[in-house]
Amino acid sequence: MEQTGEFRIRATRNEVWEALKDPEILGRCIPGCESIEVAEKNRFVATVTARIGPVKARFQGEITLSDLNPPESYTLKGNGQGGAAGFARGEARVRLEEQNGDTLLKYDLGANVGGKLAQLGSRLVDGAVRKFADDFFASFKQVLEGEPSAADEEPSAADREPSAAGKEPSAADRQPSAAEGEEPPTAEAGARAKRRRATSVIWIVVVVALAAAAIFFL
Amino acid sequence: MAENTSNTGIGQSVRRREDVRFLTGKGQYTDDINRPGQAYGVFLRSPHARARITSIDAATALEKDGVIAVLTGADMAADGLGDLPCGWTIHSVDGEEMKLPPHPALAHDTVNYAGEPYALVVANALAEARDAAEQVVTQFEELPPVVSPGEAQADGAPELYAGIPGNTCYRWELGEKDATDAAFESAAHVTSLEFENNRMLPNAIEPRACVAEYDAATQDFTLFTTSQNPHLARLILSAFVQVAPEHRLRVVSPDVGGGFGSKIFVYAEETTCTWAARRIGRPIKWTAQRSESFLTDAHGRDHLTKAELALDGDGNFVGLRVRTVANMGAYLSTFGSAVPTILYGTLLAGQYKTPAIHVSVDAVFTNTTPVDAVRGAGRPEATYVVERLVETAARELDIDPVELRRRNFIPPDAFPYQTPVALEYDTGDYGASLDKALELAGYAEFSARKAEAHSRGKLRGLGFSCYIEACGIAPSQLAISLGAGVGLYESGEVRVNATGSVTVFTGSHSHGQGHETTFAQIVSDKLGIPFDDVEVVHGDTARSDFGLGTYGSRSAAVGGMALVEASNKVIAKGKRIAAHMLEASEEDMDFENGVFSVRDSNRQLSFGEVAFMAYVPSNYPSDLEPGLSEKAFYDPKNFTFPAGSHICEVEIDPDTGVVEVVNFTAVDDFGIVINPMIVEGQVHGGVSFGIGQALMEHSRYDDTGQLITGSFLDYCLPRADDMPPMQVDLTTTPCTHNTLGVKGCGEAGAIGAPAAVMNAVTDALSIRDMNMPATAEKVWRAARGED
Repeated sequence: MEQTGEFRIRATRNEVWEALKDPEILGRCIPGCESIEVAEKNRFVATVTARIGPVKARFQGEITLSDLNPPESYTLKGNGQGGAAGFARGEARVRLEEQNGDTLLKYDLGANVGGKLAQLGSRLVDGAVRKFADDFFASFKQVLEGEPSAADEEPSAADREPSAAGKEPSAADRQPSAAEGEEPPTAEAGARAKRRRATSVIWIVVVVALAAAAIFFL
Repeated sequence: MAENTSNTGIGQSVRRREDVRFLTGKGQYTDDINRPGQAYGVFLRSPHARARITSIDAATALEKDGVIAVLTGADMAADGLGDLPCGWTIHSVDGEEMKLPPHPALAHDTVNYAGEPYALVVANALAEARDAAEQVVTQFEELPPVVSPGEAQADGAPELYAGIPGNTCYRWELGEKDATDAAFESAAHVTSLEFENNRMLPNAIEPRACVAEYDAATQDFTLFTTSQNPHLARLILSAFVQVAPEHRLRVVSPDVGGGFGSKIFVYAEETTCTWAARRIGRPIKWTAQRSESFLTDAHGRDHLTKAELALDGDGNFVGLRVRTVANMGAYLSTFGSAVPTILYGTLLAGQYKTPAIHVSVDAVFTNTTPVDAVRGAGRPEATYVVERLVETAARELDIDPVELRRRNFIPPDAFPYQTPVALEYDTGDYGASLDKALELAGYAEFSARKAEAHSRGKLRGLGFSCYIEACGIAPSQLAISLGAGVGLYESGEVRVNATGSVTVFTGSHSHGQGHETTFAQIVSDKLGIPFDDVEVVHGDTARSDFGLGTYGSRSAAVGGMALVEASNKVIAKGKRIAAHMLEASEEDMDFENGVFSVRDSNRQLSFGEVAFMAYVPSNYPSDLEPGLSEKAFYDPKNFTFPAGSHICEVEIDPDTGVVEVVNFTAVDDFGIVINPMIVEGQVHGGVSFGIGQALMEHSRYDDTGQLITGSFLDYCLPRADDMPPMQVDLTTTPCTHNTLGVKGCGEAGAIGAPAAVMNAVTDALSIRDMNMPATAEKVWRAARGED
């Protein structure tokens, strides 16, 4: 499975870069995350329970950051063992580009699954990643935006739900849907002109964390 | 034919007696069997296509409730168990013996396909075994896999096994290479095609299962298992794997819900459970989950082929050249090596008098599930090669495909006919089958139907397939000279009881074929006794002497003939007893319709009276043993050669790519038919297998070696509403070398149908070729003119 995407973020590259490294936030937002710890510099270990189609598994995972070239790029590798359910692993190459004071975050994500996950879930993986991503977005917004008013949050969550459902059917749809990933922040930025700059930074964190999270349980 | 068997003898559509228990839920399958103190086994399987096992930590699992043992490949190796063998040795063209990797039942160093078992967890309850399996922590070091057969021999491909360069099991050839090359040089036209014969899954409705038991008091093992050949399983488990001595191992194969070849083979699971039952001192049951069936039942087909047909200026076939790479999977399954050679290359003459044929087959190893016989086994692949080429040549030369075939058929007066590829066909009339099929299929009116479909925006196509198969395997000496590790005769016993009823024991095994009915028809017909007086026993090494089992459409032609021979012995002894009772000489005795009579007299005795005398010998020859029970081992004199013409008509909706098979005609020559109803059912089943291969089924791996068609979500089997109306009929040239005149019918549909369907699809789309399966997407793209 290959996914690519890019996000334009209203923050400097340094801000984005720094925002990527908070395991505490990641741990609270990754659906099914039971624990996440810094094992050593640039290496996290985590336990995540996830379900893909008929297969539910508890993954012991590890994420490493490599090829670090701050604040421009790095490679993020994840590897999860799900016991009898099989394994999942992925690699994301993340690049940050400056663009008129904003930051353009680009990623290429390659992932593969093995064992029962592949046997029963190969067609469901993409859809499951989308679902995971939506759940992650919702949580992450809530955690980082602080005072979530129900009125603010409900519509945006609702907005995302149908679009995610629409994206599931085939790999051919993946490309456009990855591009659409840019829309929610842009739309919201328009709708809420007074959003604090931190919110934009949060989006970057969310996006990168999403990539990381996807790798965790993929 | 005896009067009392007039409705039940040979040639009668007797209803299947076994269906009463199957249809009322009274069948006794392996999973229905439970033994006192039985524990349950769950296998740990590799999630990787290729990896080294670096550690297995079972400590946590062993602490769980109910867990009895976690046994690994290392434990098995320590007990000195032998490898799972391949029963057929093929030699490469240079004379070298085929190369085969070690194949322990439980992997203990490397795993070589996703799903390969490396440990067995045994617990009191199935749920406990499953829970414990989750707690075993295994570390793997992944190794680069070879997934596609086309990549196995490439420069730089990983070498999967030491001592097997190029991952090549053998390079086999058959036929005259020089003569064939010369024919191509002088040919007026050459038609060539390159294609893949799609990998298939067998999909028996009953998953594989076993219950293994060891009795410490008697030291006897009993293995209940889903086998098409329990005696062969016993032979392999004792002589090769050495898990138990042959005389202490009873293998019972009770009701079995379909095999399609996949239950011929001896697999890791029943082997491991038999070994483990003794180690833990408890019976062990294992029943495959459907997902395990997908991963571990031997797959079928998977050939990459380049084939060329040379024709002279008159459309006569002058040469055929075929080059195939056959995927063996990660190991050699029990008969995997024979399928793309003995059952494939030898059939490439088809129904035609092509004088020069040369075939070369490279068998290669990949990190995929082992490949072996699936319904048809080699012969569907051969038919596909020949019949796709013939149809394509007809189109290229603008000759009616029917006419081109007729021009090249082996004529009826040419039999026995020696092909350039080793076989000697005994009899046949290919034109007769084709004529009948053309009539049933309404060939003359096809162009009108095509025009009518066109007016509705639909594309109609017609495709032919004139197949031949070699069945009734096989003459033992010939088979052994070709590499078989066993003879291929069959045993039968006709045990006449004192009251005149008969119990028949056969080494054949019925798992859907209806032998309990057809074999009773044969014996009741031969002995002239009521059908209901004959009971057929099969599937138990403790009850039948020996057996080679059921596959390759051999049961009637070999197993049935063993019963004929045993019946003849019963009649011969009965004549001696009757002659004594009637004070006549044995030479003057006749036997007909269940009555022993003195020629040219009215003195006679019924079969029952003679049987009773054999067991209560009050008036009996002094030099004759009492009792009336006879055995025979029948070794066939040749293969049998069922052949026929299949015609498929399809209609394609170019807007959706959906292919509808609107009519399928099968006219087959199976020789003498014992039960026409059962034969028709076999044709229906075989044709659905063939349509499945042509339009829907494909077992696929991703490029890391993960089976991505691992469930019915992703592996498409035909359903009832995918099946067309079928016109099924017969022509008959009796087999010349068995006295029943039978040839075999179990695989014909699967052999003939794929080429017929694809010839029809390519005709409808006016395209040259398309790889199977012709899915809606592929067809839709082709209809739009895309590649």
